[in-house]
Amino acid sequence: MNEEQKKIVAGYKTVGKSFPKKVSSQLLSGQPVFTDDITPSDCLVVKLVRSPYAHALVTEIDTKVAMRIPGVVAIYTYKDVPQKRFTHAGQTFAELSPQDRLLIDQRVRFVGDVVAIVAGETEEAVDRAIKMVKVKYEVLEPVLDFRAAKDNDVIIHPEDNWQALVPVGADNKRNLVAHAEDTHGDVDGIMDDCDVVLKHSYHVRPANQAMMETFRTYTEIDRYGRLHVISSTQIVYHCRRIIANALDIPKSKVRVEKPRIGGGFGAKQTVVTEVYPAFVTWKTKRPAKMIYSRYESMIAATPRHEMEVTIKIGAMNDGTIRALDMYTLSNSGAYGEHGPTTVGLSGHKSLPIYTANCEAHRFDYDVVYTNVQAAGAYRGYGATQGVFALECIVNELAYKLDMDPMELRMKNIVREGMTMPAYDNEVANACALDECIMRCSKEFDWENKKNPVDLGNGKIRAAGMALAMQGSCISNVDVGSCTIKLGDEGTFNMLIAAADMGTGCDTILAQMAAEILDCELDDISVFGADTDASPYDSGSYASSTTYITGMATKKAAQSLRTNMIKIAAEMLNKPVEELEYNGDGVYAKDGSGFVSRYDIATKSMCNNTIPATVTASHSSPVSPPPWMAAMVEIELDKETGEVEILDYHAVVDCGIPVNPALARVQAEGGITQGIGMALTENITYNKKGRILENSLMNYKIPSRLDNGRLNIEFERSYEPTGPFGVKSIGEIVINTPAPALVSAIAKATGVWHRDLPVTPQKILLNMDYE
Amino acid sequence: MEISMTLNGRKIKASIEPNTLLIDFVRAQKCFSVKRGCETTNCGLCTVILDGKPVLSCSILAARCNGKTVETLEGLQEEVAPFTKFLAEQGADQCGFCNPGYIVNFAALLRENPDPTDEEIDFYLSGNLCRCTGFESQRRAFRNYLNYKKEQEGAK
Repeated sequence: MNEEQKKIVAGYKTVGKSFPKKVSSQLLSGQPVFTDDITPSDCLVVKLVRSPYAHALVTEIDTKVAMRIPGVVAIYTYKDVPQKRFTHAGQTFAELSPQDRLLIDQRVRFVGDVVAIVAGETEEAVDRAIKMVKVKYEVLEPVLDFRAAKDNDVIIHPEDNWQALVPVGADNKRNLVAHAEDTHGDVDGIMDDCDVVLKHSYHVRPANQAMMETFRTYTEIDRYGRLHVISSTQIVYHCRRIIANALDIPKSKVRVEKPRIGGGFGAKQTVVTEVYPAFVTWKTKRPAKMIYSRYESMIAATPRHEMEVTIKIGAMNDGTIRALDMYTLSNSGAYGEHGPTTVGLSGHKSLPIYTANCEAHRFDYDVVYTNVQAAGAYRGYGATQGVFALECIVNELAYKLDMDPMELRMKNIVREGMTMPAYDNEVANACALDECIMRCSKEFDWENKKNPVDLGNGKIRAAGMALAMQGSCISNVDVGSCTIKLGDEGTFNMLIAAADMGTGCDTILAQMAAEILDCELDDISVFGADTDASPYDSGSYASSTTYITGMATKKAAQSLRTNMIKIAAEMLNKPVEELEYNGDGVYAKDGSGFVSRYDIATKSMCNNTIPATVTASHSSPVSPPPWMAAMVEIELDKETGEVEILDYHAVVDCGIPVNPALARVQAEGGITQGIGMALTENITYNKKGRILENSLMNYKIPSRLDNGRLNIEFERSYEPTGPFGVKSIGEIVINTPAPALVSAIAKATGVWHRDLPVTPQKILLNMDYE
Repeated sequence: MEISMTLNGRKIKASIEPNTLLIDFVRAQKCFSVKRGCETTNCGLCTVILDGKPVLSCSILAARCNGKTVETLEGLQEEVAPFTKFLAEQGADQCGFCNPGYIVNFAALLRENPDPTDEEIDFYLSGNLCRCTGFESQRRAFRNYLNYKKEQEGAK
């Protein structure tokens, strides 16, 4: 930050301060605020008949016997649903994800794919009916190996009405969801000229978001005859469009509302449960509800894209990194949700970290269909996979060059003011990455911890490090909006369609509004999100809410402030130029008059034509990256292969943290999820394509005994295009644990693990006893 | 079948199916704080106090609670209020879905051990998963509360 920026930031009254979340007392006292708590229980229970095969055609389906079970109300099969294809991906229209779904398809494409929708008055009746639906399948050969999917003889989406709305290199007849090639500079020539060239492949599995609240949706016909959907979703507006597409009804017939959300992490950026009860309600006109079990959330939801990232790095003996060459193979599974977009981040939101000396880079990719659960959006959204590969190979390069990995990075990282060719030539306007590294190394004591120590008791202590980046929105796409109303007694109502899924955006957006309106945080009530009441917002994903909806909030607050001065001008009978707003109200600069916020609010409701409700929207041509450095110390048990995390230090440059307490918890939570992905969260399939880790008993997310001690600090930078200098924090924080832990394990064992998770079994089986 | 129990200090009688789980029973009694996060007794979200001991209500039949005392967060508001504000201060509530489970369990811990160490807290609450926080903010909040409590007691 320069001196002027420091001065601006020092003047903030509400932004940059820690406040409890606006919903704290509700959440901490266990009030009914979630979907299943606030919706009636005497509605139809909706569940699905699921395919036992990874790839098959339904040749016969008989529901007659099942329909005779008392309490069963409706059973729908592929014969009953609209035949226009759509996507479940919560993205701005026209979605980059292919239109490849039907509500129920005759072809089933993974173990767990929908075969029939069953609705009944009790769960028992529905469970019995599911067993009584008689299905005959023509079992087809599945494509289970994503490395063999492209141009396979088995085509997963042969249908003629499959459609890619945007040219992303997709070709359903080749099992391709997306493909691209992009080269800047003479990559091969520079590689030839380098002293050292390393090339390796890194494999990340389809980790599950495992938010504590599984997917759930309630639907009813409201008093206007429209379909009212209450769902745990990050994307109310996209949800409305997708439901209307799925049911083939006008969008205007659908209203989507979200109550509190019990965690999302991207999972709820894709439609999962919404369309099924919506269809039941639309058909039967009766209220319906679908509550996913944990089992269903593990086998038929929307996990991370499995990726194999092959990266080649060219450097000189002094550590100058001159060329980067990345190829990502991404597994979209049975459907293409978020396939064309997640893959892009594996390169675009990793390679720019090493901008300083990089003369040429290449980034090619393929995204393929296979017969496993479709992937979706998960915190990090492809950047996690790319950063894992890049940061691992940089650590391997340091090892090869016998250099301190920190020193190697300081020599090559992007610095403030640099143009980033691997990031659409955006300029790093706010970048404190160098300060993040220096501070992290100091707090962690890298100098003394960087070399492994054999403790003589069968255990080795070792340390590793990694850097990370992300974006702050989808540039030129995401739209954020905010409505602010001046209400009785001079308090404010803020309406948004960004989704607080625990992240705290209700609170931090209100902090921004309070900063401009110069009022107490408690003077602002927040409402969100409801497509009938909230202004349009893409929703909460792509790390965009603070940066994009934040700017919309700032604009709305500014414009309301201006209007309040105009109303006051009429009251005081003075021109607006002579008036100023100071939070309490509006006063004449010459001291000749004052009207309070209370009185302006009262006036706004009597003989007034100046809007006291304003809406503002925002979109951005750039997506400024947050930056991060992390260091971890582990103790590795040579007898058991067990890795214990002792100490995790991370320093994040998210611009200006709006609420440092909440930003810190974002970082701690993201790092812990990253630790799970790195060490314990495994996904494997049997030969028939069935997922083995289908519960929290065998899909091991970290408990409070597993994540060591986390120490988070912030290095502030000031992003000129963001409200109050902010960037983003939500996603970047999941990116460092895997590469940092892999390098610490390599220091301890001499083995570089390139396939996550690095389990004790893998460590033991590969232990290098030399 | 008919059962009776004391739920949050109130004596109730109800007719239930023999296979009704305690979690579904208390939710039907409008104790919506009790949440289900898994089906395999791993998440700890459904923790309630049964005759003074914290238990997972997803793995206990309501019938087994006949004649017993059940407490959910709804009935523990006064007991937990002194420490939940420390959680709010740290932003440790996050999405809120797991809060009732670990808050009830922490209350149970304090009944057994009014001055636990950080290690004892971690161990006692190890069955309470949380996907949002990474647990550190909860640790800080509990420590701040216990320190505050000691200060208050010392001042007396």
